[in-house]
Amino acid sequence: MTPSATFHRSRPRPAVGRAPWALVIPAALGLAFLVLPLAGLLVRAPWSTLPSRLAEPHVLEALRLSLVTATIATAICILLGVPLAWVLARTSFPGRRVVRALVTVPLVLPPVVGGVALLLVLGRRGLVGQWLDSTFGITLPFTTAGVVVAEAFVAMPFLVISVEGALRAADPRYDEAAATLGAGRWTVFRRVTLPLVAPGIAAGAVLCWARALGEFGATITFAGNFPGQTQTMPLAVYLALETEPEAAIVLSLVLLAVSVIILASLRDRWVNSP
Amino acid sequence: MIDKAGDPLVTDRTGLNAHLVVERPAFRLDLTVEVADGEVVALLGPNGAGKTTALRALAGLTGLTGGGILLGGRDLTRVPVERRAIGMVFQDYLLFPHMSALDNVAFGPRCQGASKAQARRTARAWLDRVGLGEHADAPPGRLSGGQAQRVALARALAVEPRLLLLDEPLAALDAHTRLTVRAELRRHLAEFAGATVIVTHDPLDAMVLADRLVVIEAGSVVQSGTAAEVARRPRTDYVARLVGLNLYRGEASGHAVQVGDIVFNVSEHLAGPVFVAFPPTAVSLFRSRPDGTPRNLWEARIDGIERHGDNARVHLDGPIPASADITQAALAELDLQPGRRIWASVKATETHAYPA
Repeated sequence: MTPSATFHRSRPRPAVGRAPWALVIPAALGLAFLVLPLAGLLVRAPWSTLPSRLAEPHVLEALRLSLVTATIATAICILLGVPLAWVLARTSFPGRRVVRALVTVPLVLPPVVGGVALLLVLGRRGLVGQWLDSTFGITLPFTTAGVVVAEAFVAMPFLVISVEGALRAADPRYDEAAATLGAGRWTVFRRVTLPLVAPGIAAGAVLCWARALGEFGATITFAGNFPGQTQTMPLAVYLALETEPEAAIVLSLVLLAVSVIILASLRDRWVNSP
Repeated sequence: MIDKAGDPLVTDRTGLNAHLVVERPAFRLDLTVEVADGEVVALLGPNGAGKTTALRALAGLTGLTGGGILLGGRDLTRVPVERRAIGMVFQDYLLFPHMSALDNVAFGPRCQGASKAQARRTARAWLDRVGLGEHADAPPGRLSGGQAQRVALARALAVEPRLLLLDEPLAALDAHTRLTVRAELRRHLAEFAGATVIVTHDPLDAMVLADRLVVIEAGSVVQSGTAAEVARRPRTDYVARLVGLNLYRGEASGHAVQVGDIVFNVSEHLAGPVFVAFPPTAVSLFRSRPDGTPRNLWEARIDGIERHGDNARVHLDGPIPASADITQAALAELDLQPGRRIWASVKATETHAYPA
């Protein structure tokens, strides 16, 4: 064996030595903190009665309502959020920074406050709600549509920020190349910009959907807690915890499973982070 | 009079007539470019001279702050990019990564209103013309640099532009590919009926591809003409370096030109401010002062020595900076070292003087 072969066969060692304990220990604690509660959920789950509990009509109803409202809310967020992200990323106008800050407000706002704000604007006596009611006969609060509105309000910033980031990372000169080929701005957006940022939109949509699925505060404030109509899974979990803790665990497991399945299946395909 | 596109016809002029003025905080571009139909003009200049800005202004990607653009007599000054009837090849091609080579080329015809099938037929014909018919379905990521360049050219030509703009079309290629792609590009440009403007900082690309050179420095035209004219009579240090000549400005009276402290004997008979140019091969070096004529002779200090083809190029400092090409044998014989003092001379018959 030549010396160089020995050199190449020896195990590669990190050039800066091993990770210091001062970082490894907190890292391990952090991981445990994130994973242990979920493990506890699995340990305490009433596995024997699980199938029968899952088949209970109110569980299925809450699950269906959650999935439907989160999906519609995500669709609305994409329809409104992608153009908003485009405007923020690709145009310049006075006050753009302010608008950008406003978009992120629902991220930091306590969801209950968001629910109250929605009630004040879209409630039956609200600024816009009053007009919606008298003109179209539409009432949003305490309806399934209200759930969608509350979820979209809370989840949209996730989509906008993700898509805006993707748009900023995409080379705008592709848009210029398309323009020199005779494409108007809408064609450029539809046939060049949009496909280039599709992974970013998908990632944003997944985040947005997950946030909508777990929405609690704004939903219970703005849409109430009516089984079959506005009682989504998180609301059902909270209600069950007071009366029937085992049922709460089962509902939580379902939410956990749905989230993990969706994230895992989308991650490989669209979210190409290492 | 209104043409098909709805813009007023200003004159019956053909080709490109542009006066480009772009003002920025620390930069001002102000140049006139005229290109006849079928003619290829190269904008040549050092980095930061404003070549690419000029090209982007022609395309409409950078707004003009003054001047105007006429293409085939049509005023394009206020026409948006997508309605300018131009084709542009970008330095890094910018092929749409989510489309096949064919769909990249079909994009333009499709935007012009062709049906999907028609656009694809046009695209296929163009890909065949640039010799890439069998790569039609390949995504840009799987094409080599030379292939991507040809797809980019096909994409630009497929919109049947009246003005073709190429931004450093060969800069992204390695030396070997460059040679073949340059020759092919020249053939395609010869077949193109409209006006062509190429931006490059490579004099060889410019001389091979273009009928005429326009040299830009610091936002304005410093020299223009055919490659031979520019090479024979450089007017700035940049151009002189490009074509490999020593260039000086001096005062002529008859056959004598005063450049600083040195008097050059030249074959031309001139008066007033002139340029004197001579190639590095015309410079002879001596370890001690040679006898005879005191003209075309000066004492210099060796600043550096580098390999130049089979010869050595000696950079001289002193009353005038100059380059001298000598054989490797002469280099060894003269025992030249940087910092050493040496005598340099040029034969009068090898200098070339012309009015400044």
